[in-house]
Amino acid sequence: MEVDARGLVCPQPVILTKKAMSKKPEVMDVLVDNVAALENVTRYATAMKYDVEKVASGDEYILKLRKK
Amino acid sequence: MTKEKKMVILTGFIVGLSALILVAFGNPKNMGFCIACFIRDIAGSLDLHTTKGLQYARPEIFGLILGSTLFALINKEFRATSGSAPVMRFTLGFFMMAGALVFLGCPLRMVLRLGAGDGKAIFALIGFTGGIALGSYFLNQGFTLGRSFKQKSIEGMLLPLISIAMLVFGFFKMVGFEGEASHAPFFLSLGLALIVGALAQRSRFCMVGGIRDYILFKDNHLFLGSLTLLITVLIGNIILGNFSLSFTFSQSIWYILSMTLVGLCGALLGGCPLRQLVLTGEGNGDSAITLLGMLVGAAVSHNFSTASTPTLVKSGGKIEVIAGLVLVTVTAVLIVKKQNKGVN
Repeated sequence: MEVDARGLVCPQPVILTKKAMSKKPEVMDVLVDNVAALENVTRYATAMKYDVEKVASGDEYILKLRKK
Repeated sequence: MTKEKKMVILTGFIVGLSALILVAFGNPKNMGFCIACFIRDIAGSLDLHTTKGLQYARPEIFGLILGSTLFALINKEFRATSGSAPVMRFTLGFFMMAGALVFLGCPLRMVLRLGAGDGKAIFALIGFTGGIALGSYFLNQGFTLGRSFKQKSIEGMLLPLISIAMLVFGFFKMVGFEGEASHAPFFLSLGLALIVGALAQRSRFCMVGGIRDYILFKDNHLFLGSLTLLITVLIGNIILGNFSLSFTFSQSIWYILSMTLVGLCGALLGGCPLRQLVLTGEGNGDSAITLLGMLVGAAVSHNFSTASTPTLVKSGGKIEVIAGLVLVTVTAVLIVKKQNKGVN
């Protein structure tokens, strides 16, 4: 499962992540392109008991979420 | 406590402290750091309106933008982006300012007024929270202003560069025109604003975000900043002898509704007026457009006498608030409907 939140400012990346999580995926990728979104999605995912791995690619980041 | 939370709390504290210092050194009472009031005064300094006493190119606004720019450049977070519903953002900025000038204060000043014992701010806070709750509902239902896109660096640097020009303009215009608006010393205002701008860029401090994130995600992260700000100004005002409790139900409905409009616009825009300045400093052209909408909104509010006086909410202001609430709500409903049908 992948959430493309590039070009979106908060809170939208977190809302999209929250909606995707409602399907209870074991793993999912979230694409963001600003540091505020990166921090906010990471904080939300951690609170929802997901491990977060950050992969930087140019100006963009892929957040690899895996259920603990 | 996480490092992020400490940063937000520190920002709330420094914003509150700066407001207390600026009032002590000459800024209008309880204004301290009011983004709406300062943008209104900047509109006045450019003769976009000609209300006496409200014409001064407040260095706080340009300092906030530039503080954010400097810190964003240092942290490699400066990114020129824009293209997300500019006309809609301009309109929301316009109404966010119109609402703020009916209550007489942006969300920051609302908390400063609360911390000085002004009971009217309680009604404002109720309205503000209600507006954010409504905006959060729309966001949860799929409201979006669309994606922004990467632009050339100069696009994002224009407002910071204009801010430097405006600082020079404001400094020289002020010489010999000291009576135009009461204010703290130029370089004190600028210095504190640079610090607050940098801290707010780092911490993402936002008065709308604090309540919004709690409603949407039960996340109290940003709310701690707002709470720290309130506690700081409350204690500061008590120590300095500026705390004076007052309460009246008179015109309370208009303080509620005007700040509902501010909260609603802020939630749909993704941040309070301060956050819009910080994002502008980071190169966000969509926030720059919002800022220009606020500037025009301030000019119109004074040219057409819809802005309140400290004792009177004017009929024009009441009409403007109702019109704004209807227009923004209908627009949000239409966007949500189209979004859920998969139509752009």
